[in-house]
Amino acid sequence: MNSRPEPRPDGGDGPGHLTRDDVVHVARLARLELSDEEVSLFTAQLRTVLDHAADVAALDLAHLEPSSHPIPIENVLRPDEVQPCLDRAEVLAAAPSVEDHRFRVPRIGGEAP
Amino acid sequence: MSGASAIGAAVRAGERSARAVTEEALAAVEVGDADVHAFLLTLPDEALAHADAIDASVAQGRDPGPLAGVPVALKDNLCTRGIPTTCGSRILEGWRPPYDATVVEKLRSAGAIALGKTNMDEFAMGSSTENSAFGPTRNPHRGDRVPGGSSGGSAASVAAGFTPLGLGSDTGGSIRQPAALCGVVGMKPTYGRVSRYGLVAFASSLDQIGPFAGRVEDAALLFDAIAGPDPRDSTSLPGAGPPTAPSVGRGVEGVRVGLCPDLIDGCARDVAARVYEAAEALAAAGAKVDEVRVPEFAYGLSAYYLIAPAEASSNLARYDGVRYGLRIDADDAAAMNTATRTAGFGAEVKRRIMLGTYALSAGYYDAYYAQAQRVRTMVMQAFERAYASVDVLLGATAPTTAFALGAKVDDPMAMYMNDVCTIPSNLSGHPSVSVPFGVGDDGLPVGVQVLAPALQEALLFQVAGAVEAAAPA
Amino acid sequence: MSADVAADVGSDVGSDAEWEMVIGLEVHCELATSTKLFCGCRNAFGDEPNTNVCPVCLGLPGSLPVLNAQAVELAMRIGTALHSEIRPSTFARKNYFYPDQAKDYQISQYDQPLNLGGWLELPDGFRVGVTRAHMEEDTGKLTHVGGSGRINAAHHALVDYNRSGVPLVEIVSEPDMRSSSQARAYASELRGILMATGASDGRMEEGSMRVDANVSVRPAGTTAFGTRCEIKNLNSLRSLGRAIEHEAARQIALIQSGEKVKQETLHWDEAAGRTSALRSKEEANDYRYFPEPDLVPLAPDAAWRARVGASLGPMPADRRAKLVASLGASASGAEHDQIRAVVDLGLDALVMAAIEAGAPAALAVARASNEVAAESEAGLALTPESFAALVSMEGKGTLSATQSKAVLSALLAAGGGDPAAVAKEMGFEALGTDALVAAVAEVVAAHPQEWARLVDGDEKLQGFFVKAVMDATDHKANGKEVAAELRRRRG
Repeated sequence: MNSRPEPRPDGGDGPGHLTRDDVVHVARLARLELSDEEVSLFTAQLRTVLDHAADVAALDLAHLEPSSHPIPIENVLRPDEVQPCLDRAEVLAAAPSVEDHRFRVPRIGGEAP
Repeated sequence: MSGASAIGAAVRAGERSARAVTEEALAAVEVGDADVHAFLLTLPDEALAHADAIDASVAQGRDPGPLAGVPVALKDNLCTRGIPTTCGSRILEGWRPPYDATVVEKLRSAGAIALGKTNMDEFAMGSSTENSAFGPTRNPHRGDRVPGGSSGGSAASVAAGFTPLGLGSDTGGSIRQPAALCGVVGMKPTYGRVSRYGLVAFASSLDQIGPFAGRVEDAALLFDAIAGPDPRDSTSLPGAGPPTAPSVGRGVEGVRVGLCPDLIDGCARDVAARVYEAAEALAAAGAKVDEVRVPEFAYGLSAYYLIAPAEASSNLARYDGVRYGLRIDADDAAAMNTATRTAGFGAEVKRRIMLGTYALSAGYYDAYYAQAQRVRTMVMQAFERAYASVDVLLGATAPTTAFALGAKVDDPMAMYMNDVCTIPSNLSGHPSVSVPFGVGDDGLPVGVQVLAPALQEALLFQVAGAVEAAAPA
Repeated sequence: MSADVAADVGSDVGSDAEWEMVIGLEVHCELATSTKLFCGCRNAFGDEPNTNVCPVCLGLPGSLPVLNAQAVELAMRIGTALHSEIRPSTFARKNYFYPDQAKDYQISQYDQPLNLGGWLELPDGFRVGVTRAHMEEDTGKLTHVGGSGRINAAHHALVDYNRSGVPLVEIVSEPDMRSSSQARAYASELRGILMATGASDGRMEEGSMRVDANVSVRPAGTTAFGTRCEIKNLNSLRSLGRAIEHEAARQIALIQSGEKVKQETLHWDEAAGRTSALRSKEEANDYRYFPEPDLVPLAPDAAWRARVGASLGPMPADRRAKLVASLGASASGAEHDQIRAVVDLGLDALVMAAIEAGAPAALAVARASNEVAAESEAGLALTPESFAALVSMEGKGTLSATQSKAVLSALLAAGGGDPAAVAKEMGFEALGTDALVAAVAEVVAAHPQEWARLVDGDEKLQGFFVKAVMDATDHKANGKEVAAELRRRRG
């Protein structure tokens, strides 16, 4: 079903070894385009940050649960009641490109993931 | 400009007009902000119209609210309906939200006047406000120094006397650190006490909106006005607490204060000295001061710089040129997203998006993100142990006084180190506050940090009030 | 649209002794709530574009999601109906860029889904395992413009976010199905269950239920799984069946020619009758799932789970069983088919009411599955009282079969009415015994030679006389009674 993909074959040796290829790959995932210079600069800078994070990676914390929330609350729900929505003109006025009351984008190259 | 509580009382009583107060604030900005650049946008028409409405209210015998006529500076990541909200970024330049943040609505109900939108590090990522796409803000104490960040503009507005109050957001210290560097009070509430609806998200499990003020009592007043449950924010805590402002003058007799070396060691010598002096002053005022070690705090920085960028990388994905904001056209949609984001985001934002994407990516999630969340659990448990023996913790806010503009922009790690004392209470969700306490060797302000357990804002302000009372003139 | 459930045809690959197909289905069900999953915008199909949107479902900066209680209720009903374990659950972000995804991430459930495990029993008794059924939000709708209108050749695209944020439950089956007809039966039965729980309106043509099929093949008798392909967004049971057959055949042909099946995502072209892979510029997606920080965990307490269980009405299987039981002695294969059709169309309440009012069970089932089904929309407007009365009249012999069908047709066309009144209007007087006896006498008198031969023992002429009496009486006579009278006359 939803198993996590295997680490990429071109990835580093694991935590702490960030490569240029990693930076290029991650930039593409994030829809960012970097110049060669920027790739070099960011690789060096991110490596420094991750080296610092190596102290965290090395800790044996298997006995602890990861916390996603600082304050534990549960079951926050709302009733199934219609609320006023936004005025379409106001919404579309903010859009970079509109056609036929819809948001217009350039052609889409692939199928939805 | 006199304090918020004094202004509010005077306007409510009809002794001063909201219009006069607002005009005074606008004039101060007009004269002084060219040097400081606290504001990206002032709102003279809206502010005066609101002020007039308040004066009319008073004239008709109605109560306009506890902050009647008090000008407030709003950090530019707070959505203001119909008014540009940029988050310090080109990618949102000109964007006008079609709705108000909950805190903006609450401020209006309390009678406060939104004077303008303040400068900030882009998308709240930074500790100096130098990452703004629209130029830095200068520390009002010395123009060649940073005001701190990311809420540098709001801190500077209060420090420069433009407004008695400001609102900022704090994810890793972005209210408290600029408060320390600018010599004002800055507070971060318990996570969930103030609604995040309408706060443009940086790191969702860490972000909180909080007050800036010249005095602790005013900060408490502003906190009371914006705090409370909100059905539009699932992480907002149920049940409003009692007002905290009355606690400010209570003193610290019998309060157990934990002086925490883990929040002091590693700071500059002069900063550390001020913290020890504050501890002595509290002891003299009747507090029971003891050292409390929390070595787990040392891991907070690394954990934060994995969790926050990870959440940010996801929160900032929506800036894709499709629905609002900047668009750079291209042949296909994916190329358009890329061109838009590449042109629209600054370097620090790109750096953190990539760091966060990496930390979440296949093969690295467990070693980085999940592990950082375990560190978070560890820090939360460490706080619990500490609070078994003390009521509050005391430490430094920022490791140094305000550094020079340009000094740390090329060294991200050095910049991140500014957050080492503030991060722990973001990870735990606990409330904390920075209170001005003397100056460093260079004559620039030093802030001392008080930390309290969750939901203990009243105690927090109580101790902060005592620190303030004992501060060197 | 009739949910036609094909009997096991045998033209599918399953009949090829050399190969076996392995199928798993992922079904996305739009929940029939009034509002969206995380905001109070209307959940409606077909409204003007971008008129049901707000900061939350547009993903505007600063917006936050808040979970719809009714969506949780319906999701729990689905889990209960599928025999899943309802567990404490969390939400997660699935991160990917696509213009119909307003936040460029989807809020879904990953590590801890609401409903875990379970099974669905097909009408023939075969059990298909259910892996999970979790909650997630729907995307907006894309229209591709220019070129041929197909994704690859379009010039640009338009996005409507009305559907963005609509609540979905994704139901993932185990890869337990071995034929396209089993897959169709699963989808049809699941649709019936979703409608019975009130979770869905079942309108596949409106996108209320969308099916993705995971198909692989392997040599018959082996246990290792072959490489599977995913066929996305099948919107009708017919497409589902055809696409699976086509894909299995395609994979078998590939393997037989010495090639390997590539793991791909496919699109089914109903008009052309084939699948095609859409070339994506990117490598396999890394969704970077992590727990949704803007939502808190969902842990329905025991009291809520019990209420859901207690309030769940009968499922299609239960309703079929009830009808089977009402037929008394074991039902024939044809009757089982009729019963399936009756329940599929939601006509079982009508039939049960008729039976409880005294109408003959088999006749009620037959009329419902044949005549009423033909006008299934109108069938639902027919009151149980009129249907019961009509079937009873036919059962008692007051109306002949032909007359009954005619009256039923008229009732359906009018959307209801009183069967006795309609019968009278149409001149379907009950042919009393005297009139019937007289009619038989008349016909017998008119055909003395044939009558003599019948009396002598030529049974073939029985039918001739019955037909003659029916014609003479304009089919007002009851065929069985005519036959009985003829036999009586013969002595």
